[in-house]
Amino acid sequence: MSQSEAQKQTLREWLLTDTPQSRHQARMVALYQGWLSFSTNTMAMFGLGILICLGLVALFAPLISPHDPFAQELGNRLQPLWSEGHVFGTDSLGRDILSRLIYGSRITLYIVALVALIAPVAGLLVGTVAGYSGGWLDVILMRITDIFLAFPRLVLALAFVAALGAGIENAVLAISLTAWPPYARIARAETLTIRNSDYISAVKLQGAGATRIVTKHIWPLCISSLIVRVTLDMAGIILAAAGLGFLGLGAQPPSPEWGAMISEGRRFILDHWWVATIPGLAIFTVSLAFNLLGDGLRDVLDPKDGGS
Amino acid sequence: MNGISVKNLKVWFGSGKDRIDAVKDATFDVPKGESFGLVGESGSGKSTILRAITELAPNWSGAIHVAGKTLDHTRDNEFYKTLQMVFQDPYASLHPRHSVDQVLSETLYLHGFDNIEKRIVTLLDDVGLGPSFRFRYPHQLSGGQRQRVAIARALAPEPSFLLLDEPTSALDVSVQAEILNLLTDLRAEHGLTYLMVSHDLAVVGHMCSRIAVMQLGEIVEVMTAEDMRAMRPSHPYTKHLLEASIGYSREAAADIVA
Repeated sequence: MSQSEAQKQTLREWLLTDTPQSRHQARMVALYQGWLSFSTNTMAMFGLGILICLGLVALFAPLISPHDPFAQELGNRLQPLWSEGHVFGTDSLGRDILSRLIYGSRITLYIVALVALIAPVAGLLVGTVAGYSGGWLDVILMRITDIFLAFPRLVLALAFVAALGAGIENAVLAISLTAWPPYARIARAETLTIRNSDYISAVKLQGAGATRIVTKHIWPLCISSLIVRVTLDMAGIILAAAGLGFLGLGAQPPSPEWGAMISEGRRFILDHWWVATIPGLAIFTVSLAFNLLGDGLRDVLDPKDGGS
Repeated sequence: MNGISVKNLKVWFGSGKDRIDAVKDATFDVPKGESFGLVGESGSGKSTILRAITELAPNWSGAIHVAGKTLDHTRDNEFYKTLQMVFQDPYASLHPRHSVDQVLSETLYLHGFDNIEKRIVTLLDDVGLGPSFRFRYPHQLSGGQRQRVAIARALAPEPSFLLLDEPTSALDVSVQAEILNLLTDLRAEHGLTYLMVSHDLAVVGHMCSRIAVMQLGEIVEVMTAEDMRAMRPSHPYTKHLLEASIGYSREAAADIVA
């Protein structure tokens, strides 16, 4: 293809071609086709939109929050919704709830990102190693997984936080420690179906070792179902973090963590309902957004659909 | 002896009470350069022999020699450089998330080749696929094109032996002929030795010079392709198989009824 012809080709045509000319283009085509099928899912796009907004809010928190989230104004406490200068009112110490929500989004994203980095990776590692190696290693790793699975998540997290001390980092660690077993189970189940397939046999016949087979051939097929599971679990993770905050074992005052805000508002819930309700609604919205996104991702990523 | 030689090969699955003997005392020789066929009904142990040779079925005893070397239960890279396998179902033998380019470049990398870019183009050309197929994913290919990619992958290490596990049974009839012709051409070009498994007597009769007939894990007869085409079986099961391959005939039906 000559240079001028290449320039005439639009970006869209370049992305939709059936005959990619380079590795880079092939990858871009696969990504773009995934995006096209994802973007037809209205609810998933809605979820993605909310999460992008959340990300932007967290990023520009100092610019968009009307007040300092920590500034107390006791003469102005428990103001109702739409009061002067405080759209969502103020809490028991006269702090602006909207500003606290905006700063709280940073904490929520921080927890979600850390847990999403730790738990699925640990689960993937344990599950694929157990599933591929089989034998006694499989038995040992899976029984450990079973032990973790047998505890209720919040109770185990509580025990960890109690042992490690209260705080947001320990809450993240505790939630991660309780969140990885389901990922290990999924990864192992996927590995068991993949390990005896012909394409794994074929790469074995090229002399590939176990490490290469697990990391380059099994992981790419497990990751899509894990991503879906992570996005569906995000709601649970946010709720667990909020639950720990609510019980006073997660983020500590005066940190504007949403669960801790509900906990503080609980004392006034009958007379000043918005103090607890507004952060509750924020948790609800973000959890819903993650669930919708997860649902849409499942449609795009599920390899059994025969898609990309 | 520099071909493939199998002596008293036993292959089993499971152990104790659950043990199933898939192959019992199979013995045959494939001289270098020959094309040898294994036929038999489903479950007769044809594919299992190939899987024992490649160590994909690790529970075997007996003696296997390939290119003058006696095989034990380990296979090194050098072995995989002399012997490769093409699998039955091209829809299952290609990784769904790897492009043709990834499949071939990984194979070439694992065998320590240099000049990978150029070799990929040559390989694709060898199996009748143009360079435009290079960056496609399996779901963008037809069954026949996938099988060509699988053949290219098997040819990448430049082996002298190719095990073919029913390479055309998952393809429709028109594509079957294309793949069989491709395999015939490649054999002539590269001087390959084929050990081919099939349940289709016509395919084996076309491709192979000698044929072993298997029944319930045992080789009941080794015959030449001429004998087979002339319908000169010496074992009753072979006769049965040959008659079944012709399809319905009034005489055969009358025999069964009578």
